[in-house]
Amino acid sequence: MNNNLLFDFTVDKAAKTVYITREFDAELALVWDAFTKAELIDQWIAPKPMIAKTKYQDFKVGGKRFYAMINPEGQERWAIQEYTSITPKTNFKMYNAFADKDENPELPGSEWDHSFSDQNGTTKVHITIYNESLERMERILDGFTQGMKMSLNNLENLLQTLSNK
Amino acid sequence: MRRDIFQAIADPTRRAIIALIALQAMTPNAIADNFHTTRQSVSKHLRILTECELVKQEQQGREIYYSLEIKKLKEVDKWLNQFRKLWETRFNQLDDVLSTIKKQKK
Repeated sequence: MNNNLLFDFTVDKAAKTVYITREFDAELALVWDAFTKAELIDQWIAPKPMIAKTKYQDFKVGGKRFYAMINPEGQERWAIQEYTSITPKTNFKMYNAFADKDENPELPGSEWDHSFSDQNGTTKVHITIYNESLERMERILDGFTQGMKMSLNNLENLLQTLSNK
Repeated sequence: MRRDIFQAIADPTRRAIIALIALQAMTPNAIADNFHTTRQSVSKHLRILTECELVKQEQQGREIYYSLEIKKLKEVDKWLNQFRKLWETRFNQLDDVLSTIKKQKK
């Protein structure tokens, strides 16, 4: 990993919103593909040792991606995404909800907004995730914390983040 | 009513108060000296921070000193870090995918 790449992550729990900014050392067209083409998304979206598997994807407004996150025990957690807005190589929005294996969504879900911009050959991506329910935000975590070693940053780091705002 | 700790730290003045008293315990007057605001307003912020147990009060003689409840703040830190860690892992994986594709193209 290139440590010079910007990574900014903030959670506004009161507004139920997560803000993420990340730079990638690749041209915009490629980064856009990595976020919008199922065969590429599946290669990175599931934190190892989990894997992602897309059953089908129709990348157009009103179209959907139906996929599962699978843990090392083979347990599948299905979810469905509906694309609500697409501006090629600039922005796309979607509504994400957990689902059962027959595509029945479990509401409420979350609203995702992705923006892409070129920065002289590197690409900056802004992601905003709005969750209708806080419990849901915490449920997402529960799914991923399994098998992942969590590190607790020291207090100084947090204070620095807080006081820089 | 117990207040939501995340709502408490969503306010910039309260975050500044936290950063200030992290260094040393302070009286409300000493804290207020650092802000262009009224003593009442600082008291209100301190009350909210106390209600969600982010700060604690201690009587010393005639003065009340406010200090940081570090254990409580670490809870926030831990919660945030779990999310951050998840995205960090994902993006590192994406870096690998991108660099593999770039090599294939050459």
